[in-house]
Formats: sequence, C-alpha cells, structure tokens
Amino acid sequence: MNLDEIITSPSPWLKPGGPHSEIVLSTRVRLARNVAGRPFLARMDADQQQEFEALLKEAVTAALDPDATIWFDLESLTEIERQCLLERHLISREHAAAEGPRGVAVSTDQRAAVMTNEEDHLRLQVYAAGLQLDDTWAEADALDDCLESRLTYAFSPTLGYLTACPTNVGTGMRASVMLHLPALALTRQIEKVFNAVARMRLAVRGIYGEGTQAVGDMYQISNQGSLGRSEQDILGTLASVIPQIIEYEEQARRVLVGESPVALDDRLYRSWALLTHARTISSEETLTLLSAVRLGVHLGRINGVDIGAVNELFLLTRRGHIQRIRGAELDESERDRARADYIRNRLDNHG
Amino acid sequence: MLCQRCKKQQATVHLTEIVNNEKRERHLCEDCAREEGVALKAQINLQEVLSGMLEAHQAAGEEAGLTCPDCGMTYGEFRSQGRLGCPHDYEVFAEPLKEVLKKVHGGTEHLGKMPKRSGSDERAQRELMQMRRNLQDAVQREDYEEAARLRDLIQEKETGG
Repeated sequence: MNLDEIITSPSPWLKPGGPHSEIVLSTRVRLARNVAGRPFLARMDADQQQEFEALLKEAVTAALDPDATIWFDLESLTEIERQCLLERHLISREHAAAEGPRGVAVSTDQRAAVMTNEEDHLRLQVYAAGLQLDDTWAEADALDDCLESRLTYAFSPTLGYLTACPTNVGTGMRASVMLHLPALALTRQIEKVFNAVARMRLAVRGIYGEGTQAVGDMYQISNQGSLGRSEQDILGTLASVIPQIIEYEEQARRVLVGESPVALDDRLYRSWALLTHARTISSEETLTLLSAVRLGVHLGRINGVDIGAVNELFLLTRRGHIQRIRGAELDESERDRARADYIRNRLDNHG
Repeated sequence: MLCQRCKKQQATVHLTEIVNNEKRERHLCEDCAREEGVALKAQINLQEVLSGMLEAHQAAGEEAGLTCPDCGMTYGEFRSQGRLGCPHDYEVFAEPLKEVLKKVHGGTEHLGKMPKRSGSDERAQRELMQMRRNLQDAVQREDYEEAARLRDLIQEKETGG
C-alpha cells in the first residue's frame, strides 16, 4: 500500500454507521510520549535529530505489524502530500509544516498513526467513527504498550509522562470528539454549549476555519488538563458531557423542523442546488453547504443521497486532496473550478 | 496590560467595539468582562494561556536564571519559548512550574497509566544525556578526539545498559 492508496481510500472517521454518527463524526485519543535520556526536540541539533529519527523509526516499525503499517518520511514527501496526510488527520498541522527529519507510521486502515519527532518524540493517535471513547482509549493504550516494549519512556511517578510542553504532562492524553452541530449553530445556541463545556475543563474549537470561526458547523471537544486525573476520569467527563450536547442538537433539530419547516427546507435545498450546479466554489463555501446538506439527509428532508458520499466530500474537497485528485498543483481559482467539477460529478446520480 | 475597568488584574479579554461608527478597543480582566456581561468564548488557546501565565510569573528574577545541568535550558528560555529542553527540567524548574501546572491542569500529581517496565535507572539516563551534550560541545569546538571517546562511551553504555 502506498500514499496514493491511502489518499483514495475512505477515512475511518468519516464512515457513517458509528455510534451517534448523525451528530458525532469521530472520536480520537492522542498520547504524547518521550524517550528517556534524550533532550526534547528544541534542544537537539540537526545531527542529533537525524540520528534519533533513525532510532525512532526502527523502534516504531519494529513494534507495529509490518503488513498493516506504512511509514512516511515527511521530508521526502511533497507539500501537497503532507497536506493530504494533514487533511486526513494522520499528522498534525505542526508536523506538516515543521522542518527536519520526522516521520509518521500509519496503519493501513488509517485508524492509528504514530508521529515521530513532532513536538514530542512520539505522538500516538487512534481514531474511531462515531462516539467510542472507551474502545478508542483501549486501542491507544495497547498501541502505547507495544511501543513501550521497544522504548524506555521519560516518566516520573509524581508527574507521569514527561512532555516537551507542560500542558501535556501527566497522562499525555488528549481525547477529542468531533461533532456536527448545525442546528445549534442555526438556532444560535452554540455559545451556551461553549460556556457549559468550559466549566468542565473541556475545550471547544472549530475543526475548519481560522481561530474562533467554525466553518461547516464542525466542532471538536477535548479535555484541557492531563495531570491530576486518570485517563478513565478524563474520558468519563467527556462521556457525560457529549450525550447532553447530542441531546441539545437533537432538540434544536426538532425545533427547526417543527417551527419553520419551509425556511429550513429552503435553506437545505438552496445548499443542495448550489453544490450540484456551481461551476466554481471556494473551500469555505463548500463546507457551509455540505453542512446543510448533511443536516438535510439526516433529517430525511433530502432523500436519495448517500450520506457516505456527503461525508467524504468534507475531506476530498480540501485543498490538498483536490490537487492530488487532479494530479497537479493548482492555484486558488483553478482549485475552485476543480472543486465544483468534482462535487457535481460525485453528486451527479442524485441531482 | 492591566484591566481598564478595575486597573488591578491582568487584562485577558480584548474587545473591539464599533460605537457610532467609531472603533473602540477595550481590555478587561475576566471578572470585569463577566460583570459587564461579555460572553467568554470557550475557545482557549492553551499556548496563549500558558505564555500569558508564564509572563505573569516573571516576578521572580532568580527563577529565570534556573538552569538545567543536563540540557542547559534556563527557566527564562522556557518562559519565552513555552517548551522544555529535557525531562529533567521538570525537576530543576519544579518550584516555578508547580503553579503553572496547577493552573493548566487543576491537579499536580499523576494519577493515570504507568509504564509496565518501571523506567530504567534514572541516574543512568541522565548520565547518558549529559554525555550526549558533552559530545555535542566537543564536536562544536572541533575536539574530535574527545568526541570519539564520548561516542564510544555512549555506545558502550547504551548497549551494555
């Protein structure tokens, strides 16, 4: 399996059918780990990092099933290829943009990835479709055990796993849940959710868009602290909060359908019409329209559209993927045209 | 920057208001912002929070001079970069870090998973790191004889230990 096959196969976190998948896209557990007896990245020179990267690559590839893992040396990938891995959430934004020897081991099903020489020596992450906190943690925990059999971690009995940034020390864990909350956004209640969540030591941020603006109504909720609480405790907070948010979103959807069905349908079908007929479309507009269509399909108001295809378009219309699909570097206006063509094609049978 | 309202606490909420076509910037502390009914968004950038807290912590000048013997990182450097230099920094900077950790995490003691293999001898690990650092220095001042000696020593320790 190579990068092309990775980029053309569906991402596990966009597959429909996971628990609560109408609202919860995916669950992710990330663990930050460092190797004992080594400085963190900021204190390594280029030669040291080179040598250390070779050591990490050997340990990571030896710990994982060779038939189910692919290794990518990020320095030897093009910018578009790194962008694609980033859009698939297999590497972080920092890892994509950084310089120097660094890599990532990706499981062929794209559910697990281990980044080397990111901010920490190792960043492990496991994805699952829908809301699956316990299972995702169990898998990350097992992956961590595998790596630990090859590497001695920097660990302190009082502070836990020692990380380059003190915000990650302790469990080194960040558990996050990706949510699609279009009705809460439409009914202007999303702020309430943010405020409630902030009190629980959880953070909310938009998945797409810069800074505070959430494009496409996609939000990620994750734990903020990692020290002083066990993994189960942290997961428990998310497990108690997320179902409430799901309930609020469902309520808001019922209100929309009950109180203003015509205005709702108008919005949904206008979005559908634009997506299936536009000749040039920006990435941001795409996300906004896809969000409405996704809502429409889940509410049963737009029929005959495959939700899997809609979910996939959230990924395949991103900057990196659209260029990869076209097999060429495109400037912004070329991308907007290519994107509109691709969307029409994908939704053609239904339009 | 101090809060423009109470003039006591650090301003952490920064608002841009348009009143009568005039742009006005306001800088408030969280308490005053709340009293004025400003909705605080939960979109907290941890990095910003941390560097803000670290800045507020600048008070103790002697803390800035704390230096890790293993990696050479000073607390002052950490404060400006937000990243530590090596695992041992947690011990060297334990005092000033304590408050930072409490604010970021709520707790101060690890209660989660432990590695199955209890971390190998900590002293040996630190020794190795110091040797690596000496090796780096030797290479930099082009003392290749010393560098070769250290490299062999490190290899010996790594494979033997």
